[in-house]
Amino acid sequence: MSEALAPRGLGRALETFAAWTLAVCWIAPLVYCVWTAFHPPEYATRFSLFAPLTLSNFAVAWESAPFARYFLNTFALVTMVLAGQLVLVTLAAYAFARFEFAGREIAFALVLMQLMIMPDVLLVENYLTLAKLGLVDTIVGIALPYFASAFGIFLLRQTFKQLPKELDDAARVEGAGPLRILWKVYVPLARPTYVAFALVSVSYHWNNFLWPLIVTNSVDTRPLTVGLRVFAAIEQGVDWSVITAATLMSCGPLLVAFLLFQRQFIQSFMRAGIR
Amino acid sequence: MTRAHANIYGWLLALPAMALLAAFTHWPAIRTIYDSFHSTARRNRPSVYVGLDNYQGMIEDPVFWQALVNNFWYAVGTIPASIALALVMALWVNEKLAGRTWLRLAYFTPTVLPMIAVANIWLFFYTPDYGLIDQIRGAFGGRATNWLGDPDTVLACLMVMTVWKEAGFFMIFYLAALQAMPPNLAEAAAIEGCGRWTFFRRVTFPLLMPTTLFVLVNAVIGAFRLVDHVVALTGGGPNNASVLLLVMIYDVAFRYWDIAYAATLTVMLLALLGGLALFQFLVLEKRIHYR
Repeated sequence: MSEALAPRGLGRALETFAAWTLAVCWIAPLVYCVWTAFHPPEYATRFSLFAPLTLSNFAVAWESAPFARYFLNTFALVTMVLAGQLVLVTLAAYAFARFEFAGREIAFALVLMQLMIMPDVLLVENYLTLAKLGLVDTIVGIALPYFASAFGIFLLRQTFKQLPKELDDAARVEGAGPLRILWKVYVPLARPTYVAFALVSVSYHWNNFLWPLIVTNSVDTRPLTVGLRVFAAIEQGVDWSVITAATLMSCGPLLVAFLLFQRQFIQSFMRAGIR
Repeated sequence: MTRAHANIYGWLLALPAMALLAAFTHWPAIRTIYDSFHSTARRNRPSVYVGLDNYQGMIEDPVFWQALVNNFWYAVGTIPASIALALVMALWVNEKLAGRTWLRLAYFTPTVLPMIAVANIWLFFYTPDYGLIDQIRGAFGGRATNWLGDPDTVLACLMVMTVWKEAGFFMIFYLAALQAMPPNLAEAAAIEGCGRWTFFRRVTFPLLMPTTLFVLVNAVIGAFRLVDHVVALTGGGPNNASVLLLVMIYDVAFRYWDIAYAATLTVMLLALLGGLALFQFLVLEKRIHYR
């Protein structure tokens, strides 16, 4: 709603108050998690301004599970997924946006099917496929089903279609082939879409849990989410502060990136959401 | 460019993505249906065609019905609540209230967290006796309650977490739609002497309808797809009180290795999602005007 009908006076004060109350409720669980992680265990449920700060919870967590390895695995996973996606999605989106090949509509409908039936739902058969390929318990195995992203193809195709066709023609007159045109004209002009897609993809795969849980069964391949689960399950009921420290650690990089590039993140999610 | 050129380039460019889509979406979907009509291969018994036996077994399985009913209540409990909250959040953030950047940040942050981290954080609230809820209740003389261990409360606990995580995500879509709305609508309404509530009810809300439906479809998919917290916190228990369809599939497939039955359950899930897709394309796209 624009300024013309914005609330005034008491109404506005009340609404601001309500909005802030909700915001405080919303952020409280996370603030609480931060509190517990940075204080000694005896302050987990006792709030005092003078509670001593400590990093020992993080140190204990870091030492009692191979978190360094988990970080490396997650990093390798999101990088691999994103790289594969960018290549495949770019090529396919270009084909669907600019080439009138036979069967294009049907092929595109087949792509869109994945928006409803995501790999997350086809756990069983995809696991069997990986087993046949000998890719169980590998990072490639976790990444493979996500390379061809229907969401990415859809998003990028929209962007490509909106670019003026004259740019194409101009480049073609100068003797550039389709791939060169794609690389020199389309990709640079679609940058905001790429950034949006990349942020959404990285957050999704950093946070993904069930599929990696099924595919991995060793420290060498487990991403952070699965590692955190294994850790919390073993430590059950032992030391709450250490678990919160581990939890915070696992979402730390993404959370920090989000806080730093907040506007970029939110705008990317917005851009990705408008179809 | 000639027709032949377009064909060759088009297909070559689309081929890598199409091949992987076929391998990890279309083929497994077909294979799921195939497997649902066959028995699970065991050591001495290869898989054989069993007709509708698996479906018969499913219909007679009380756990399946429990999962379906749970999933229904889970969807009913989470979707309207998170959509309503998302809308309110978006309206607040869009009105230039004091500190709106901070508000937006607070609302959106849970979205960036992994569901598994959310589960860990909330587990602490729900832990009997030691957990925060019980500590507060204890201060007022309440008894220790095993929130996640009680069949009556477990699903509600999981729903609260889900709403907390999802509302901020849906807010984004409303916010995008609100920002795209022409400001002169509100100006004209103000001149006509129209109140805020009337304006919302007669103009804003109807204009947001496409967004609401988009969010709705996504939320329904999410209610079936996102079960990380259930697997991590309860595994569907206690006594199947929190079992959802995908959790059950996971259990049947990877705990009991009954591939055929897991495939049968997956067919049900695919049918539900397919029905949703059909509903979206046939009904909604026709009835909603994007003007």
